[in-house]
Parts: sequence; structure tokens; C-alpha cells
Amino acid sequence: MTRPQTSVLFEVPGPRARRVTLIGSAAATLVILAAAYQLLYRPLAEKGQLSLQMWGPLVDPANEYFAQVWQRLGQGAANTLIAAALAILGSLVGGTLLAVLRMQLKALQRRQFAGLARPVALFLRVLSRVLAAVTRGCVEVFRGLPVVITIFLAGRGLPELGVSFSLDLWYVVIGLTVYNMVVIAEILRSGMEGLSGGQGEASAALGLSTLQTTWTILLPQSFRIMLPALIGQLVVVLKDTSLGFIVSYEESMVIAKQIIGNLGNPIQVYLVVGAGFIAVNYVLSKLALYVQRRAS
Amino acid sequence: MSVLVERFGVFAEGFWLTLQLCLLSATGALLLGGLVAALRICPVPPLRAVGTAYVTLFRNLPLTVVMFFAAFGLPVLGSNADFLRIPLLDTVFRRLGTDLPYFRFAVIALTLYTASFVCEAIRSGVNAVPAGQAEAARSLGLTFTQNLRSVVLPQAGKAAVVPLGQAVIAMIKNSALAGFFGVVGDLSSAADQLTSVEGEPFIPVAIGISVGYLLMTIPVGLLLDRLEQRRVVAR
Repeated sequence: MTRPQTSVLFEVPGPRARRVTLIGSAAATLVILAAAYQLLYRPLAEKGQLSLQMWGPLVDPANEYFAQVWQRLGQGAANTLIAAALAILGSLVGGTLLAVLRMQLKALQRRQFAGLARPVALFLRVLSRVLAAVTRGCVEVFRGLPVVITIFLAGRGLPELGVSFSLDLWYVVIGLTVYNMVVIAEILRSGMEGLSGGQGEASAALGLSTLQTTWTILLPQSFRIMLPALIGQLVVVLKDTSLGFIVSYEESMVIAKQIIGNLGNPIQVYLVVGAGFIAVNYVLSKLALYVQRRAS
Repeated sequence: MSVLVERFGVFAEGFWLTLQLCLLSATGALLLGGLVAALRICPVPPLRAVGTAYVTLFRNLPLTVVMFFAAFGLPVLGSNADFLRIPLLDTVFRRLGTDLPYFRFAVIALTLYTASFVCEAIRSGVNAVPAGQAEAARSLGLTFTQNLRSVVLPQAGKAAVVPLGQAVIAMIKNSALAGFFGVVGDLSSAADQLTSVEGEPFIPVAIGISVGYLLMTIPVGLLLDRLEQRRVVAR
């Protein structure tokens, strides 16, 4: 088993180094605590941000708003998770199809269409070039656009084109899917291209078509290799659902804003929502690490 | 489509402001991210813990939350981020010196958020250096800093360039969020202003804004592709 690089860089600290570290961190802790008191606690306390009036609705079950606030927050969390789950599903399916499509087009570009009449073969070759270029262009464009803009496009542009949904959820999901689909397709594609050439050659020698090769040989291996990167992307999707406020989808952040509008305690509510996001995403990234270790 | 020609100034200004925001935040994020990466690989356990905590915190928070705390939390703490009013710099980046602090807040939020990704990119570069290199350096008697400076980091740089570039591209795209947190006149707030306040048609505005972002992200992406290909050949 190879140890991570970081532990190879230095010796294990001896007794003296450990003593210095201990004293140093004790001193640093004192300094940090003093600084936190001066720069964080005092201004917050002076503005009454630590009072029970501000925190009560969130931490005190006896508070009149407590049940209502948590019920709303729970609904927000549920909406966030629903949007994230749909977007993840959509982008996984779409991304896989897009990756396969790009592999197909790439193979098509190499074909000479030798058995056909000259003009037809020429036409088919040009057509496959054009299709490959168009897909590549779409991928580059959507990969280069901010998710903020794709959600904005979905929310404002689709109704203008005559496509409108009764639920804001779908605008968020579409905006997120369009972007992440492309990213996932690229992850899968780079996974397939990273496989050793023998895989594709062996399956071609067995008489599998390009599609069969991609679908049954390359794609499953790519999924396996790229699983950590894929899970990382899922964390991104979950975080990006917070952009739902652009189309006023009622996810955690919008609900938080509504609560703040009524109770006037922005810092406290956002601290709670932020903590929720960190908890869920932390579990997901730990999962990614675990999977990475199992796969390798 | 006439809006693209008639209001070209708005798009150009938005592009320039977003570019400023990105340049400043990228610089900040590279510096801070380098520092956090140094913390995460240093031999002192408490410092490593601080680095890890930083990355865990900012990598798992949505940027929206970070932006929010920068834009509404800092004023509560009594700060207008005046330390970013750097004398010579604010003649070029004029928004740094204005009385409205939201541009500075956006720079702070983007820097803090991106630094965690920069740190991970640098660390992945360090991890890509074969362990034998550092072990050999250590057995030659090189200290930790010597080891990093003359053996590990020069090799790590090559492997870190592509993930670093990806972090920067992601940052450029994330900067679109600043328009929703009080920064006036960047590309995304220009889109909002033109379509919902001035009632310009949506599609042309969207095209203009998209071109603005693609002008920043695609060149960086192409550069990265080239670097990656060169690296593959070199291997």
C-alpha cells in the first residue's frame, strides 16, 4: 500500500517538536480566542445578535415560532433534495447519452464509407464531421456558461419560447441538468479515453460494433474509474440548487429568506442552513473518498 | 438583435467589471489557496487541522451562503472591507475604492470560496509526485522546506496546472452570482437590468451575456486542453 505523499514529506515529529507544537498551539489558541472575542463576539453582542430573541425561534422549543420555523426549514431541505435528485438523475442519464453520442460521432468520423457511391460517401463524411463539430460546440458553450446563467435562461427564456411549467422546480432542474449533463459527459468521456487501447481493440476484434463496445465495455469501466469525480459533481449539483432563488423556487435559501423577512434574524438562519449544507455535502464527499479507496 | 448594438456599452462595461472581479479574486484565491495548501501539507498537526477545516468548510458550503455572509454578515461585524481599498490598485480597479462595499464583499467571498478549490488542486499536484522523490530527498538530508522547494513543488507544478485552471474557470462562472448580491453593472446584473427593468427582449440579451462569459472561459479551457495534451505526450 502506498502512503499518501503528505506523510512522506517530513519525519514523524520527535518529542521536542511535539512539545514545541503543543506550546505553540496553546498560545495560538489563546490569541485566536482573544481575537474572536474582540472581532466577533463583541460586535455581535453589541448589536444583540446573540440574544435569545434572535436565536429563540431556532433553538428554543418553547418559542412560539419554533415549530413553524423548523417545519418551513424542513420543507426547504426537502425541496432542495428533490431538485438535486431530479437534476442528478437527469444529468446522469443525459450525460451518459451525450458521452456515448460523442464516442459514436468520433468513430463515425474515422469511417471512409468505402462501399458506397463516391458522392454519397463524401456527403456522409462531411455530415459526420459537421455533427461532431456541432456537438462539440454545444458542449463547449454549456460547459463555459455559469449555472446562474443557465438557470436564468431556463427561467426567463423558456417561457418566452412558449415552454412554461406551472412548477418553478422544473426551471431549476432544467438549468442544472443542462450544465451538469455536459460536465458529466466530459468526465465519462475522459474516463473512456483514459482506458488502455487494448480494451476497445479487443472488443472490435470480437466483432462488437462501436456502440456495443462503448456501451458494454468502455462505459462501465469509465463509470467505475470516474466514480469519485462523479460523486464530486453530485456535491456540486446539490450546492447549486441554492441558485433556485433566481427563479424563486422554494428551496432552503428562499425559505430562509422568507423566515428572515418575518423574524429579522438573517445571520442565525443562514448559519443553520449553512450547517445543514455542510453536513450533507461532507457525508457525500466522505462517501466519494470511501468509494475511491474501494475502487482502487 | 438591435439591443446588442445599441446597448453595446452596457455589455462591454459588464464584461470589464466581471473581468476585474475575476482577476482580483483569482489572484486572492491563488495566494490564499497556496497558503492553505502549505498548511495542509506542513509537519505541524494543528496547522494541518486548520487547513483541513478550512477546505471542508468552504468546499461544502454553497457559494450563495458564502456570498450572503460576506454581503450581510461583514456589515454586522462593523466592517466595510476597507482594507481592500488598496491605494494604487483602486485606480485600475475603480470599484475597490467606492463607498458601496458590495464589489469588495464579492471579491472576499469569491476568494474565500475558490481558495479551498485551489488548495485541493495544489495538493493533488503534490500527491501526483511519486513518493520515491520525496523519500530520496529526505534520505539525502533535505529539510521539509528544502524538499518542497527543490524537489516536490517543481514537479507538482506540472500536475497541478490543469486542476488549477479548472478551479479558475469555475470561479469565472461563479462570479455571475455577484450580480445578485449587490454588485451593480457586472454581466449578470446587466442581464437582469436590461430584461426586467428596461424591458429589452430576452433572447438577444441572453446571447450577449453568454458571449461575454464564453469570451473568458473558452480561451482558458483551450489553453488547458493544450497543456494537458503536451503533458500526455511528455509522459
